[in-house]
Amino acid sequence: MIGADAIIKCLEAEGVTTVFGYPGVAICPFYNSILESDIRTVLVRTEQNAAHAASGVSRMTGRPGVCAVTSGPGATNVITGIATAFADSIPLICITGQVNSELLGSDVFQEADITGAVESFVKYSYLVRRAEDIPRIFKEAFHIANTGRKGPVLIDVPIDVQNAPLSRFKYPEEVNLRTYKPTVKGHAVQIKKVIKELEKAERPLICAGGGVLLSDAQDELRSFSEKHGIPVVSTMMGKGVMPTEHPLYYGMVGNNGMAYANRAMNECDLLIMVGARVADRAVNQPDLITRDKVLVHIDVDPAEIGKNAGPTIPLVGDAKHIFNDFDREEYTCNCAAWIEALNGYRAEMAKKREPDPAYVDPAEFISRLTDRMQENAVYVADVGQNQIWSCGYAKVRKGRFLTSGGMGTMGYSIPAAMGAKAAMPDRQVVAVCGDGSFQMSMMELATMCQHDIPVKIVVLKNNYLGMVRQYQHFTYRDNYSVVDLSGSPDLEKLSAAYGIPFLRLENMEKCDETIEAFLRDDASVLLECLIDPMDLV
Amino acid sequence: MKTRIYSVLVENRSGVLCKVAGLFSRRCFNIDSLAVGETDDPATSRMTIVSSGDERTIEQIEKQLNKKLDVIKVNTYAERQCIARELMLVKIKYNKNNRREIMELCEIMKVDIVDMSRHFMMLQICDTPDRVRLLIDMLRTVSIVEVARTGTLALAKCSENDEG
Repeated sequence: MIGADAIIKCLEAEGVTTVFGYPGVAICPFYNSILESDIRTVLVRTEQNAAHAASGVSRMTGRPGVCAVTSGPGATNVITGIATAFADSIPLICITGQVNSELLGSDVFQEADITGAVESFVKYSYLVRRAEDIPRIFKEAFHIANTGRKGPVLIDVPIDVQNAPLSRFKYPEEVNLRTYKPTVKGHAVQIKKVIKELEKAERPLICAGGGVLLSDAQDELRSFSEKHGIPVVSTMMGKGVMPTEHPLYYGMVGNNGMAYANRAMNECDLLIMVGARVADRAVNQPDLITRDKVLVHIDVDPAEIGKNAGPTIPLVGDAKHIFNDFDREEYTCNCAAWIEALNGYRAEMAKKREPDPAYVDPAEFISRLTDRMQENAVYVADVGQNQIWSCGYAKVRKGRFLTSGGMGTMGYSIPAAMGAKAAMPDRQVVAVCGDGSFQMSMMELATMCQHDIPVKIVVLKNNYLGMVRQYQHFTYRDNYSVVDLSGSPDLEKLSAAYGIPFLRLENMEKCDETIEAFLRDDASVLLECLIDPMDLV
Repeated sequence: MKTRIYSVLVENRSGVLCKVAGLFSRRCFNIDSLAVGETDDPATSRMTIVSSGDERTIEQIEKQLNKKLDVIKVNTYAERQCIARELMLVKIKYNKNNRREIMELCEIMKVDIVDMSRHFMMLQICDTPDRVRLLIDMLRTVSIVEVARTGTLALAKCSENDEG
């Protein structure tokens, strides 16, 4: 057995079924050993997308997705994918090949100091020096990636370590890390304090972030909300914690959110932030959520509590554990008047759009698309205006809503959708992107075809980098700079080149039947929707 | 702005100094001084970091340090809570007119003359950071050639319930 065989055995022990990646000489021992395994390999067309695809796997399975790329440019290309996962606390295992140990530091061909380069985007990284360390390092890496505040872990393996003989292989049963013991259970005194505040509160509100989904606490949160009639809003990463049309769900907050959700945030007298960072896009003015109200901040990462807003009651722990603890406490809440007020705001303050009938209205289209998607479908939104429309109008029932919230990485949707589909082949997976973000990942159409990973793709085409154009419209009085996407390919011909069925929707006239055709079977389809280039979110 | 001394016990591994220093620069935390050395256990090192900031920053520094997987323990102290020392070597140029004066200063400030030649001498002081700064001020009248300082080292004052 050699080091590379040991790596494969570690992945098998962790139940990994798919590895996304791109080979090069420095990772060739790994890709040679993996031929002996049942682990599926998927060749992406650029390394960044291997990380996004692995992120799609993670978010669907709750286990770290895995990508493996070569040294030098392979490793540096994957950084954006790693940073995207890090910003949203998505667990990943990223294996990079490295040049021969003896040549490290001498700037040989395809050498890059990848552990140094990714330091601020990973939860931890390893440079493997001895093949004997492989089982321990992989055991630790999977544990670190998927516990506490989750995140990516990078393992850099020099080619000589991959080729080094290993006398025996034993995958450790446990990890022994003296410096790493995340707090999962909430402090009993703090939990009692929260309940006491809930009893006093007249206008309680829960603001749920991506941490609730990472902790798989959707059911616990929902039953807590329903039991006591507490309304819920979410951040972008929290979209999907409650079914979008649940009567107690009041939409996404933030500068791209719903006005009534923000009003609820401002007017509540008790705010429970859970698994959310209180970052600028969700909470523009952190002092507004601390003034005149009790702020309870629940997070598994103690450093997030008090970073952007000083809470009245800090509560460190995992959301699932904490909601289970809340559930054991008995109390009565009477916020019927508050709910009535919120329902009034929702009716009054809903966004009114005046779409140009010459084009597809993205808001109405997304709403109808998600009406017709399967109940447990996966909707992957890209970044740009399309993301904001998706957040505002996509209806999530028992499915998932995936997007790059923290980093806002364009091109995320197609590879992440591929990862989600590879992990859950029975689920319907739809990626919705703009014509800018589509062109950042369109090379992955080949991956989808080659590996038979059918993804349904919607391209909202306006021939602009719409979000930036909109910013230039407001900030620079329509002085557009470098946002015109002229020169984009004919998507019908492009689809034909890959053998992918193509549909085009030019206005809302044939909307329903086109959506019907788009979703009819499980095959990949590319649907181009022509939208108003001057539309604003 | 408040000054805090962070006494950080870390795994003695390659790259740890870089990770800790990188954390400070990435999050725009100040480093006033930084000293690192192995402890009695060769597997661990102690970093003593002096930093300053507002309440929120001080708290964040401790929390962010604790998040690093190579960090074993972080203790945060105000200056009065610990004994702090700094070592400085300073090379100066002297002449027969100021030699007497320099030697008197050395005597008053408990400074050792550790090396000398016909025109140069090297002084060594091991004292509180304030007194080290004072010595530099006092020596400004003579000609300072080179200075090397360790940065502050500190441990919490002894108490009967010390964990050791």
